[in-house]
Amino acid sequence: MKLSHQQVEHIARLARLGLSAEERDKFSLQLSDILKNFEVLNELNTADVMPATHSIPLQNVFREDEEASSYSQDEVLANAPRKEENCFKVKAILE
Amino acid sequence: MTYETVIGLEVHAQLLTRSKMFCSCNADYASAPPNTHVCPVCLGMPGVLPVINKKAVEYTIMTALALNCTIPEYTKFDRKNYSYPDLVKGYQISQYDYPISEHGWLTIDSNGAKKKINITRVHLEEDVAKSQHREGYSLIDMNRSGVPLMETVSEPEMRSPEEARDYLVKLRSILRYLGVSNGNMEEGSFRCDANISLRPSGSTELGGKVELKNLNSFKAVYQALQYEVKRQTAVLEEGGTIAQETRGWADDKGITVTQRSKEYANDYRYFPEPDLPPLFLDRAWIKEIHDGLPELPEARKERFMTQYCLSLSDASILTSSRTMADYFEDSVRLMGPDRAKLISNWIQGDFSRLLNAVGIEIESAKISPEELVEMLTLVDKGTLNGPAAKVVFEEMFHTGKKASAIVEEKKLSQISDAAEIKKEVQQAMSGNPRAVSDYRSGKESALAFLTGQVMRATRGRANPSLVREILIEELRNSQE
Amino acid sequence: MRDDKLCQLTIHEAHELLGQKKLSSLELTMALLQRINEVEDKIHACVTITEDIALEQARQADEHISRGEITPLTGIPVLVKDVICTRGIRTTCSSKMLENFVPPYDATVVEKLKAQKAVILGKTNMDEFAMGSSTEHSAFFPSHNPWDVERVPGGSSGGSTAATSAGEAIYALGSDTGGSIRQPAGFCGVVGLKPTYGRVSRFGLVAFASSLDQIGPITRDVTDCALVMNVIAGHDSRDSSSVPHVVPDYTKNLNSRGRSLKGTVIGVPREYFPDNMQGEIKTALVAAINRLQELGATVDWEVSLPHTRYALAVYYILAPSEASANLARYDGVKYGFSEQNAGSVIEATEKTRQFGFGAEVKRRIMLGTYALSAGYYDAYYLKAQKVRTLIKQEFEQAFEKYDALVTPTSPTVAFKLGEKMEDPLQMYLSDVCTLPINIAGLPAISVPAGFVQNLPVGMQIIGKPFDETTLLDIAFAYEQATSWHERKPML
Repeated sequence: MKLSHQQVEHIARLARLGLSAEERDKFSLQLSDILKNFEVLNELNTADVMPATHSIPLQNVFREDEEASSYSQDEVLANAPRKEENCFKVKAILE
Repeated sequence: MTYETVIGLEVHAQLLTRSKMFCSCNADYASAPPNTHVCPVCLGMPGVLPVINKKAVEYTIMTALALNCTIPEYTKFDRKNYSYPDLVKGYQISQYDYPISEHGWLTIDSNGAKKKINITRVHLEEDVAKSQHREGYSLIDMNRSGVPLMETVSEPEMRSPEEARDYLVKLRSILRYLGVSNGNMEEGSFRCDANISLRPSGSTELGGKVELKNLNSFKAVYQALQYEVKRQTAVLEEGGTIAQETRGWADDKGITVTQRSKEYANDYRYFPEPDLPPLFLDRAWIKEIHDGLPELPEARKERFMTQYCLSLSDASILTSSRTMADYFEDSVRLMGPDRAKLISNWIQGDFSRLLNAVGIEIESAKISPEELVEMLTLVDKGTLNGPAAKVVFEEMFHTGKKASAIVEEKKLSQISDAAEIKKEVQQAMSGNPRAVSDYRSGKESALAFLTGQVMRATRGRANPSLVREILIEELRNSQE
Repeated sequence: MRDDKLCQLTIHEAHELLGQKKLSSLELTMALLQRINEVEDKIHACVTITEDIALEQARQADEHISRGEITPLTGIPVLVKDVICTRGIRTTCSSKMLENFVPPYDATVVEKLKAQKAVILGKTNMDEFAMGSSTEHSAFFPSHNPWDVERVPGGSSGGSTAATSAGEAIYALGSDTGGSIRQPAGFCGVVGLKPTYGRVSRFGLVAFASSLDQIGPITRDVTDCALVMNVIAGHDSRDSSSVPHVVPDYTKNLNSRGRSLKGTVIGVPREYFPDNMQGEIKTALVAAINRLQELGATVDWEVSLPHTRYALAVYYILAPSEASANLARYDGVKYGFSEQNAGSVIEATEKTRQFGFGAEVKRRIMLGTYALSAGYYDAYYLKAQKVRTLIKQEFEQAFEKYDALVTPTSPTVAFKLGEKMEDPLQMYLSDVCTLPINIAGLPAISVPAGFVQNLPVGMQIIGKPFDETTLLDIAFAYEQATSWHERKPML
């Protein structure tokens, strides 16, 4: 399975990952290489196998609907790269 | 050619839990300053983990049961991956292939007949943060991030904007009856997206599906759908085709406009949430929830009609909200079922008018059922006459005072003392000799005039029938 | 006692001295800070040194000790892998993305250490977001192996293992997603345990692959490993994947010298000794397993786990898939690196991630995004989940017959810096013996089991779910019968 530049760009777009042309070329080769190694899985017939969605058989882990104090506004915003009016500031979101 | 309209609705309702879906922050952020109901979990900080709010699952099951859904034994949460600045983790914890419930229905009244609308699924997820737009940039407040959000998806079975509106009203009324959502569209705690397409009557081939967004009120849903029916019909009639797209309702202009797609491609890459073990919904728990369900609007309406002999229209209005129906029944319980119609008239008449004018719901009113009944009892006893009762009720509504106190304070009690009225009658007669002679010469209207004079002099408090009785007697006496 | 001796004390040795008032926590802490000062320019194990905090914590620990309040970890200095959140101390994951990120919360394991009055010296270097096997994928600098500074310490917890080996801390915490504790422990000649999935809380552990990640101890001997486990293991209501099982006393069986392994049945799966394995490693392992036999264990050399050959593919589908979602939150909005020289909000996100992440992280995000994307989900992600079931079942069957399985920790000894940087697949193969264990969620420990060309060799012992006790028993018996763990690197 060889990944085209177009496919690499599509994946990068989905992942919101900017790529330089150089990175794109390199990834298309490296990812193709890695994907080739995944073909080994096709040796196995897994038609009747249940997928393992979790590591251990836990179930029904809940918390009660109890309220606890939130963090202070200062703590919430302390790491914000840009802020204004006690909000996180981003470039204009187009609706 | 005529076209058939095909509408499906997706409704997102915030659940009325105390805490958020996956953390303990207070979920009621309506009046909170920005970013004050936030912790590392709902801020999507590195290394923190979600824990499922049991109440949110319970509320979703309640809703599913009320909507006649099947509740499977196995359900799980999944990650829905997409990127947007208001989505803190870059994925939304939602449900994909094993939702909490599927295959339900509710009934609407369509042209006087009952119609069943099937419900595809009801599932649970988390709300995203809220953004505000400024000149050239946007601001994000995380208070809403992580509030439990229940999504109800209907089958595309509504055939007109009216049916869509009825479905929405019905669904909201059920959620409010259950107490799981406040159903407030304007505040955004109850949100609706609509899918609409047209097809030539008799055909099964659907036209392009248009998704409508930004529907912030029942009116907006109705008007946007009406607009789309017209728009799509016009396009089809000119031989055009309808493109599959997302359109937003521009409330100020009364039209729908093409919206830029927020996703580069709709590839959400769902996969099971590894941080949350799956749920096995114990049948005993489901039964317990089922047994605890309140009487739902449809059943209550039927009961009101038989138990209190109310009309369909009266029963529908009284059961449109659980609190109004409770108010009505509490009042009837105090006054007796034979007075149900009187109470119904008051609730639907003066009470509703005043509530609408102030813009509040009946549960926020200052008048309790006990106080309403006290006032009505004063009328029964003859202490208050009809016009004065209206005045007293309005005063009660605004001040929260009891009827008896207002009657006392404003001296509004009816004058039924014959001697007192006789004095007033004699005064009116001596002050209006012309009217007296008119009456004697056979003019019946003079009697009404003189009665009015007495009522005015007593500021409406005189018992009108007594006034009339004494007036006739006095006129006859003075003639002799 | 000479400072360099102090720096190489075990937890239980230091605890004894502290209890007898022959040593203060402050002295020990100062000796280690001094040692860090001396060797860091060669080892580069640490990203952040919290000298002031450590000295204050040491003073407090000494006060507690003077009041007779002492537990095995009281006053003992520790280094914490920089993927574990520390309140008020920056937690970088060795990434430019989080270079200045200061969490307002402690990971549960850090809370537990603090409750014991442990002394936190600082945060250790790692492969960026724990993705890598050499610690060369740190955005800041590579760490070096104390046994040969031309070589890597392994990864991704290479900073923690190098520091423990070089005497920069008495012990350290690491995290293990596919071998990130055990492989570098093997490379650096220290003990490293990956607990059963769910045994130790992941709250505050910056997620790489949520269904595989576990925090574990990196120590100088098996007793220390058990002592740390006694503190960090246990249920946490903030981690829904942590189990409510009772935590046993892991040190219970570790006090009788010359313990016999009579009655213990050990399997040796041949798939973990592939043809391309370094011959001397095989020789060292055979000798080590023979020693287990001499100690009384019954050894079956003919075990076969044929699904082992699929583990690498399963791992490199599942881990990157989960990672692609886990790392989606780094968008420059809430915290961390943020590139604003962009035309739109989308472009700002893309550039933030382009410049904030290193090559290996990007490679794995790409791989995972692809494996989950429309049209490929069934062929990759779903298929891998199904094969995960088969691998788990195969281990379950093996554990019906064996108390533990023994393998090499890694197919090679520590390799040269730069050797595998341009060949991701070769780097991935470094974890071929360890990652099947994460796929199955099992516990496994790596213990020093010999030397090849003066470089440490690790033996991996794999146990049944939640049976860390048996692993520690076997490891302890072996350690008592050998002296590999006593050798220290010359620096």
